[in-house]
Amino acid sequence: MPNTQTNAGRPRIKSSSTIRESWGDRVFITVVYFMLTVVLIAVLYPLIYIVSSSLSSPAAVSSGKVWLWPIDLTFDGYKSVLRNDQVLTGYANSLFYTACGTFISVALTIMIAYPLSKKTFVGRSSLMMFITFTMLFSGGLIPTYLVVKTMGLIDTRWALLIPNAVWVWQVIIARTFFQNSIPEELSEAADIDGCSDIRFIFSIILPLAKPIIAVLSLMYAVGQWNAYFDALIYLKSQSLYPLQLILRSILILNSSTGNMDASEMIKQQQMAELMKYSLIVMASLPVLIIYPFVQRYFVQGMLIGSVKG
Amino acid sequence: MLPPIAYFIIFKYVPMVNAVLAFKDYNVIKGIWGSPWAGTKYFELLFKNPAFVTLIKNTLYISFYSLIVGFPIPILLALALNEIKNIRFKKTVQMVTYAPYFISTVVMVSIIMLFLSPRLGIVNTIAGALGFEAVNFLGEPGLFRSIYVFSDVWQGMGYSAVIYLAALAGVDPSLYEAAKVDGANRIQKIINVDLPGLLPAAVIILILSVGNIMAVGFEKIYLLQNPLNLSASEIISTYVYKIGLLNANYSFATAVGLFNSVINLILLLIVNAVAKRLSNTSLW
Repeated sequence: MPNTQTNAGRPRIKSSSTIRESWGDRVFITVVYFMLTVVLIAVLYPLIYIVSSSLSSPAAVSSGKVWLWPIDLTFDGYKSVLRNDQVLTGYANSLFYTACGTFISVALTIMIAYPLSKKTFVGRSSLMMFITFTMLFSGGLIPTYLVVKTMGLIDTRWALLIPNAVWVWQVIIARTFFQNSIPEELSEAADIDGCSDIRFIFSIILPLAKPIIAVLSLMYAVGQWNAYFDALIYLKSQSLYPLQLILRSILILNSSTGNMDASEMIKQQQMAELMKYSLIVMASLPVLIIYPFVQRYFVQGMLIGSVKG
Repeated sequence: MLPPIAYFIIFKYVPMVNAVLAFKDYNVIKGIWGSPWAGTKYFELLFKNPAFVTLIKNTLYISFYSLIVGFPIPILLALALNEIKNIRFKKTVQMVTYAPYFISTVVMVSIIMLFLSPRLGIVNTIAGALGFEAVNFLGEPGLFRSIYVFSDVWQGMGYSAVIYLAALAGVDPSLYEAAKVDGANRIQKIINVDLPGLLPAAVIILILSVGNIMAVGFEKIYLLQNPLNLSASEIISTYVYKIGLLNANYSFATAVGLFNSVINLILLLIVNAVAKRLSNTSLW
């Protein structure tokens, strides 16, 4: 965390001064520790519970025996998820949307954020207004839907990649980054050396912009992986559905998969319950696995954006 | 830079112009501009609609509730974390509370449903073990808002706290020294040094969230809805979706949506002006 780093770099008054903490302060800090422990448990427990349930036997899950660690450890839930064609197609689709969507979004965001960061650019502030205004006011669901329809994007993969490609907030973050970390003199020097604009962007700006590209990619990728609403309105064919829509039909609408005979009913139901937990884990896995590695970039990104709006 | 500008024009500004649809009788063949004018017919229809009052009430109730609960909690979390000297513990709390932010809405809603399920959910299992009756949480309109708001807090507090923590890290260390010399205890230090340091960030975030008041989490609410809780959970945006896209009543839905956007913009302008006057912080 950046803040702990800055704290550590700062001369500590604590260690040098010998003013003892008062009794009241010690009570206060104990209460703070206690409350944070409660918060920690409150956030962590549901996560542990879900993972444990996904690894338990169907019978144990539905009879409420699982409360912390897995009971009768089994991978049946995961096996049946992996046998489900819908889920696999959804997974593949989501990977595709995430990869393409992130590429398109990052490219567009940088294309507009870089010019906006240059002080020499005429009409900079009015363009900024033009963009931020869309954050404050929108035409609404139906008019947007009609635009997408007129462009012939309904029920195509493009419908998930284009209409929500650029987020204003990300443009602001990227612009602030360019402003703060790429000196104006660079482009002047390049001009004098006879460097073309295209070459300048590819051989100087993009290499310097690696950190911001990382931040933008991560944010867009998580957004794209988790999105379902655009798919819900714009897509009709199930073969194009991203994972989140498939999840919705299984997890929330409880659509049964396949028919079953009466004697198998209860077993099947228990299995369906178990599958939900496994599905939840599998759907969140890609994001949660990379999370510890990318967390600091995320924090960086939020901070870059919040320094100056 | 032309492609992104084209993007904004086509997908953001054309829809704004298209919103004239609210004043027209939409005809698929004639298109938006060819359709006959309808005047304010659809707005009158909206205001006379008995469901209208409920819609507005639900929307505002859920928004203000989440604002009142959801706005201070990340600040408290950041203040508490800032007091902690044990770096390991602090990092653990931060990482864990930050993680749920990455869970998708669909998954979040299904977690809520699994946990609160009347028959199999862990909450009712525990309550049953303690001798309480099972409750169908999502079937109770009165509980809907709390479920929505507190699950949001659960998911978002760690993420929102990051900005405040950064603001706290930026507070001038000499202020703490001065406070120490003046003999301030921890609570006085928080009130007199930390809170003023947080104020600019907090005001901006408050303005932005007030601006979003009418746009409360459509996705999550839509997924959490069921026929039993509809009386508390139907909000303007879910209504627009149902009327507009599911029933293909484009003009009426556009009118409702436009009304929503306009109120939103007005609220934002008011709050921004007030904030500017009171604390000299504003969006522009």
